[in-house]
Amino acid sequence: MKELKVQPIKDGTVIDHITPGNALKVLKILGIKEGANSVISIAMNVAGKRGRKDIVKIENRELDSKEVDKIALIAPDATINIIRDYEVVEKHRVSIPDEIVGIVRCPNPNCITNSREPIKSKFVVVSRKPLKIRCYYCGREPDMEKIESMIE
Amino acid sequence: MNFKGRDIVSIRDFTKEEIIHILNVAEKMFPIAKGEEKSELLHGYIMASLFFEPSTRTRLSFEAAMKRLGGSVIGFAQPGTTSVMKGETLADTIRTAESYCDVIVMRHPMEGSARMAAEFASVPIINGGDGAGHHPTQCLLDLFTIRKEIGSIEGKKIALVGDLKYGRTVHSLAYALALFKAEMIFIAPEQLQMPKEVVDECMKLGVEPEIANDITNIEDIDVLYVTRIQKERFPDPEEYNKVAGSYRIDMNLLKNAKDELIVMHPLPRVDEISPEVDKTKHAAYFRQTFNGVPVRMALLALVLGVVK
Repeated sequence: MKELKVQPIKDGTVIDHITPGNALKVLKILGIKEGANSVISIAMNVAGKRGRKDIVKIENRELDSKEVDKIALIAPDATINIIRDYEVVEKHRVSIPDEIVGIVRCPNPNCITNSREPIKSKFVVVSRKPLKIRCYYCGREPDMEKIESMIE
Repeated sequence: MNFKGRDIVSIRDFTKEEIIHILNVAEKMFPIAKGEEKSELLHGYIMASLFFEPSTRTRLSFEAAMKRLGGSVIGFAQPGTTSVMKGETLADTIRTAESYCDVIVMRHPMEGSARMAAEFASVPIINGGDGAGHHPTQCLLDLFTIRKEIGSIEGKKIALVGDLKYGRTVHSLAYALALFKAEMIFIAPEQLQMPKEVVDECMKLGVEPEIANDITNIEDIDVLYVTRIQKERFPDPEEYNKVAGSYRIDMNLLKNAKDELIVMHPLPRVDEISPEVDKTKHAAYFRQTFNGVPVRMALLALVLGVVK
């Protein structure tokens, strides 16, 4: 008998095709914390048509696409599905915003954003494929292979 | 071209045309910088000079530039005498200083500090060096010096020598020289060679720099731009001595140089240029230091909107 690991949701948002192992980081980037009102289901390392993936389902909340685009940094293949009454009413792939504010910590210890100044980190996207970002303040381009460890 | 109210944070914020305009204004300031002509152009204006880190040339030449143009200067040369010692943030220091002045010149040890200051200040911020980051006024005075000494930048053969890896001011200079289509040679020991991103950036601007490890053929070089090799970059002091010795500019090396060759150095120097070179016409480094005054005069007058 086929076992359904994660139940379909009636209303809300499903983030599919997340790079395996990154579901919790996705929640962190989206600012969804323990006290959230929505029911959240997470599936990790699920076998899909294109290999393993993570899935996040957030019930009764439709995420704004701009907000969700931030996760493209760590889950570039993720898709966002907006669900209403069990139907997918909107579906799109994440795309990197032009500026990434307050998400990535600059790896340069001497960057002003790593001091106690009242500013948020800010990166400008230099190229999308391959993804390259540059610190707006110190100008350093971090090693994208280590991007996960730089998420604030 | 309107510079009024603009911040001078990085050379990359300016187009080639804007840089040429700054150099042209600096040229007009030259006799005033020399003290041969008097000026009251910036009379009634106040420049705050906030130096969180030691500096000789940048601070003194900015203050001289402001005073030569009839303006006044307030500020500090070390943060030890200010509320920074009580833990005040740079953002608050900038918002305090801007209420007392028309333009802020600052040097700070942290990279990106000038960019941040520019966001908080409503008066123009001029970056006098932010850690290992940008030093746009040095870059501008270097370009001014090359143009003044040998007539133009385009097509000239310019060798950048020494520590090309860590000094980001030399990266900005390479970028600016590529913008002006100079021919470039990067001469440095392997471990201190120019980073690939900078070489790539030059290539994108249509200039393919030559990479070399030794200074050998200098016959066709127009400018030898020498930078300091820092001892702390080498774990073994003997290795440092060997490397530093092989990049020393002395009379023996210069005997094959063409007459018009100039030697430049942002200073301070340690042993990179032998003192005997000082007396030759090749030595442009003290004139280069002086050129900081007209270039900084031009920037002050432009960002204050007194000169268009």
